[in-house]
Amino acid sequence: MLQTFSHIPMAWLAFAVLAAAGCAAFLAGRATAMKISASGSVMMNSQPNYHGYFAAMWTVLPAALILLAYSLFGSGLARSLLTQELPDGFAGMDGVQLSQYLDRVGEAAQLDRAVWASEPLFAAVTERFMTLQGGLKLATMLAAAVAGLAGLAFACRRLNASFRARTEVENGIEWALFACAAIAIATTAGIVLSLLFESIRFFTEIPVFDFLFGLHWNAQTEEDFGAIPLFFGTFIISLIAMCVAVPVGLYAAIYLSEYAGPKVRAWIKPMLEILAGIPTVVYGFFALLVVAPAVSAAAVWLNGLPVIPDEFFAASSTNALAAGLVMGVMIIPFVSSLSDDVINAVPQSLRDGAFAMGATRSETVKQVVMPAALPGVIAAVLLAVSRAIGETMIVVMAAGLRPQITLDPTAEITTITVQIVALLTGDSEFDSPKTLSAFALGFVLFALTLVFNLIALRVVQKYREKYD
Amino acid sequence: MPELPGPLSFDDPEALARLKKRHAAERRFKFYGRLAISFALLFLGLLVVSIGSQAVAAFSHNKVVFHLPLEADLVAPNGPGDPAAVAENISGFYQLVREDLLATFPEAGETAARTRELNGLVTRLAVIPMARETSEHLDRLGETYRYRAPLSDDLDLYLKGKVAPEIDLRLDEITRVVRVRVGEGVEAVERLRLESASDFSVLREAMQRADTAMAEAGPDAGYSILLQHGANLVRLVPGETGETGETLFFEPLTGIPANLAGARPTARLILLPESARNVTDRQVAWTLALAEQGRIRSGLNWSLLTNADSTYPEIAGVLAAIVGSLFTMLVTSMIAIPIGVFAALYLEEYAPKNRVTDFIEVNINNLAAVPSIVFGLLGAAVFLNLLALPRSAPLVGGLVLGLLTLPTVIIASRAALRAVPPSIRSAALGLGASKTQTVFHHVLPLAAPGIMTGAIIGMARALGETAPLLLIGMVAFVAEVPSGPTDEATALPVLIYKWSTGAERAWEPNTAAAILVLLTFMVVMNAIAVFLRRRFERRW
Repeated sequence: MLQTFSHIPMAWLAFAVLAAAGCAAFLAGRATAMKISASGSVMMNSQPNYHGYFAAMWTVLPAALILLAYSLFGSGLARSLLTQELPDGFAGMDGVQLSQYLDRVGEAAQLDRAVWASEPLFAAVTERFMTLQGGLKLATMLAAAVAGLAGLAFACRRLNASFRARTEVENGIEWALFACAAIAIATTAGIVLSLLFESIRFFTEIPVFDFLFGLHWNAQTEEDFGAIPLFFGTFIISLIAMCVAVPVGLYAAIYLSEYAGPKVRAWIKPMLEILAGIPTVVYGFFALLVVAPAVSAAAVWLNGLPVIPDEFFAASSTNALAAGLVMGVMIIPFVSSLSDDVINAVPQSLRDGAFAMGATRSETVKQVVMPAALPGVIAAVLLAVSRAIGETMIVVMAAGLRPQITLDPTAEITTITVQIVALLTGDSEFDSPKTLSAFALGFVLFALTLVFNLIALRVVQKYREKYD
Repeated sequence: MPELPGPLSFDDPEALARLKKRHAAERRFKFYGRLAISFALLFLGLLVVSIGSQAVAAFSHNKVVFHLPLEADLVAPNGPGDPAAVAENISGFYQLVREDLLATFPEAGETAARTRELNGLVTRLAVIPMARETSEHLDRLGETYRYRAPLSDDLDLYLKGKVAPEIDLRLDEITRVVRVRVGEGVEAVERLRLESASDFSVLREAMQRADTAMAEAGPDAGYSILLQHGANLVRLVPGETGETGETLFFEPLTGIPANLAGARPTARLILLPESARNVTDRQVAWTLALAEQGRIRSGLNWSLLTNADSTYPEIAGVLAAIVGSLFTMLVTSMIAIPIGVFAALYLEEYAPKNRVTDFIEVNINNLAAVPSIVFGLLGAAVFLNLLALPRSAPLVGGLVLGLLTLPTVIIASRAALRAVPPSIRSAALGLGASKTQTVFHHVLPLAAPGIMTGAIIGMARALGETAPLLLIGMVAFVAEVPSGPTDEATALPVLIYKWSTGAERAWEPNTAAAILVLLTFMVVMNAIAVFLRRRFERRW
C-alpha cells in the first residue's frame, strides 16, 4: 500500500514548498515596501500588502507552471526518452508488445526492487527508467527553484515608491480569472481533438462509408464496423423516450403554470425535480429489476393471444421498450421545467386578451399561449432529445447488447452509448480498431448532440430577446 | 375554419350545446394535466417502493454460531508472536469451521461431494473477521471460543423466504419408522417408510394441489418435500411413490430419523425443483437443523457498510466504494468549485462584450449539455492515454467529473452573482475601491451562499455519475479500501452497476441497499444546499 502511496507526499511536498515560498516572498515584498515607505517622505502608490502579493505572484507562478507541466507530461516524457534509447526491434517485440513491456517497467519502478530483480534484462531497463525518471524529477525541481528565485528577484527589483503594485496584481488576477473561463474552451477543444484524432486513426483502417452505412456491427471480434444498427437502436429508444417525456412533461408544465394554485405548485414542482436528481444508474436498476421483466411478461402474454401469431414479440429479458420508458420518465422533469419557464415567459397580457374574448383556459393555452411558446418548447424538446441520445446507464443495463434492426420494441437492441461502454470497459489498448471504433462512435454522438444543443440554445436565446 | 354560426342568443339550445362541449373539452384538458403529473409521481413512488422493498432483505443477515477450539499450531502458524499471520490465516480458520460443521453433521462425511455440499453453508472468505478478531486477542489461543460467520447468501435468502414459495404443513403423528431396502444388487439403497396415523392425507392433498400448479407452470417445474421434527429431517423420495401404491418412501437427510416416530413433523413443500435453485435439499436441511439448535442468529447486516467489495454477496460491502467516491469528490470539488467560481466571476464582472466572451458563453452552455459519456472518452484519451495517469484512480475520475461539473457550477455561480444588486458595486466603486476590490470584498461574499448551494447541487449530481467512470477503468474489482486518490478504486454508483450485473440472486437486495446508501448521501447534500439557501438567502 505504501509503495503506491509514495508519490503522493511528493505532490503535497511540492504544494507545501510552493505555499511556503509564496508566504516568504509576500513577507519579503511587504518588508521591502515598508522600508521604502519608512525611509522617504514620498507617498507610496500602493499598500505594502500589494507589493507582497506582487512578489509572491512572481515567485509562485513560474515554479508552479513548471511543476504542473512535469506532473502532466513527466511520466510520458521519461517513457519516450526510454523508448528512444532502446534499439529498434528490442527483444524482438513489436509496437504493442513494447508498450505493454514499458507499462510493466513503469509499474515495476514503483515496486520493491526484489520483485523484478530476477530478470536481468528487465531489471536493467527498469533501472535505466528509474534513472531517467529521477533525473527528470531532479531537473524539474531545480528548474522550478531557479524560476521561482528569478521571479522573486525580478519582482523585488521593480518595487519602489511609485510602482503600481495594486494595478499589476489586479491585472494578474484578471488574467487568472480569464484562464479559468478559458478552461471551458480547452475542455471543448480537448473533447473535439481527442475524438477527432482517434477517429481519424480508426478511419485509416476502416473506411468511413463502411462505418456510417454498414448494416452489421461486430466490433468485439473486429469483423464488422457498420454502425447503422446502433444508430437505429439509439433512434428507436430515444423515440420511445420522447413519446413518454414530451406529452407527460408538456401537460405537466401546462397544468402547473396555468391551472395549479401556488400551494400545489410548491409541492409538485420539487417532487418532479426529484425525478431529475435520481442518478441514472438507479433508473437502470429499476428498469432491469421491474420494468424489463414486466414488458417481457406482457409480450409473452400477447404472444399467447389468438389474434397474434406465435413468437411475434421477441419478449427478451432486456428490451428497448423498458429502456425507452424509463428513460422517458427520467426526461419528464427536463421537458417540464424548461417548458414551464417558457410558458411563464409568455406575457400575461396575451392570456388576458384571450380571456376577454371569452376563451376558456384550455382554448387560451392551445390557441394563444402554446403558439407563442412554441419555439421555446421546441428548444426544450431538442435538448431533451440530445439528452436521450447521450443517456448511457439506463440503456447499458436495460436495453441489451445485440445490434439488430427491428421494430419490435420487446426485442434486445443496442445503442451508440452501450457499445462505447462495452468496447472501452476493461483493459483497452489504444491501438486496436475495436477500441478506436468507440471514439468514432463518440464522435458521432458528440456531433449529433452538438447540433441539437446549438439549435436549441439559439432558439432559446432568440426567443428570450423577443419578450424581454 | 369552421363555419361561423349566425347570431345566436346565449340561451339558444345550439349555443348551450356548444358551450357544454367546450366546457367538456376544458375538463378533459385539465384531466390530462393531472394524469401527466400523477403518472410521473406514481412512477417515482413505484421506483422508491420497489427499491426500498428489495433493500429490506439486505438489512439483516443470518449468521451461524460456531464454538471453535483455537488450537495454537493451527490458528497461529508462526506462534503467538505474529498476530498478522493469525489475521491472514484464512485456511486455518476455515478448517476449524469445516471441522465444526462436520462434527455437527457427521452424515456429510460419507462422500467428498457431500462434504463439499456441507462446506457450501459458509464461504471460505467469511472467516476473515474471526481471524482478525482472534489476532487482536491472542490470549484466546488454546481455548474454545464462540464466533459467528455469515451464512452463504443463497441459504440466507432461503431463510428469508426469497428462494421459492413454500408451503408448511403440520402432519399427524408418525406411528412407525421402518428401514427398508429398495432396488436390487449394487443399486440397492436404504429408504425409510413412515407410517402415519392419518396415512398422510394432509400431505397427499397438498401434493395434489402442488402437482396441478406445477403442471401449469411447465415441464421443468417440480418440488421437494422435507419432513422436519426438531433437528431431524427426511426427504420424500420423488418418483418412488407411485409404483408402490400407497406407501411413501423417505430418505434421511440429517439427524436421527428414528426420532420422527411418535412426533408430529412439519412438512415443507419447497415449490421449486432442486435443479432450479442454488441450494440443495440437504443444505436446506442442515440450515434448518442449525436453526433448530439455535445456532443461526439473524442480525443487522453491518458488514454491508463496513466491508469492501467481494465476490461473495454475503460479505460484500460498500465501504471501499464510499471511500473511493469521497476521494473522487474531493478532486472534483478542488477542480470544479474554484475554477467554476473564478470563470463565473470573469464572465459576470470582468468580461468585455466581445466575440471571445460570446464564444466562451456558447461553449459553456454547450458543455453543460454534452453527454457525460463523452467526458469519459476525453478522460480515456487524454488523461489515461496521453498523460499516462493511473487507471482506475479517483484522481482521474475526479478530474473527469470536475470538467463535467464545471459548466453547472459556472451557470449556478453566474446566477448567484447576477442576483447581487448593482447598487452594491456602485457604492463600493464610489468609495474608491478598485474593480477587483469591489468584486472580492463585496460581490463575492454576498453571492457566496448562492454559489455554495449551486456547487453542492453540482457535486451531488457528480456523485451519481457512472458512465464516465466506467470508461476510465473505475469498474475494476477492488477488494481493499483505497488510501489515496491515486490508488485503484471504484465509486458508489459504479459499484451499484457492477452489483446489478451479478448473477446470484443475493446481489439484488445488496444493489438496492447500496442504492439507498447513495441516495442517502445525495439527500444529505441536497438538504445542506436547501438549508444554506433558506438560511442565507437574501432578497434585495
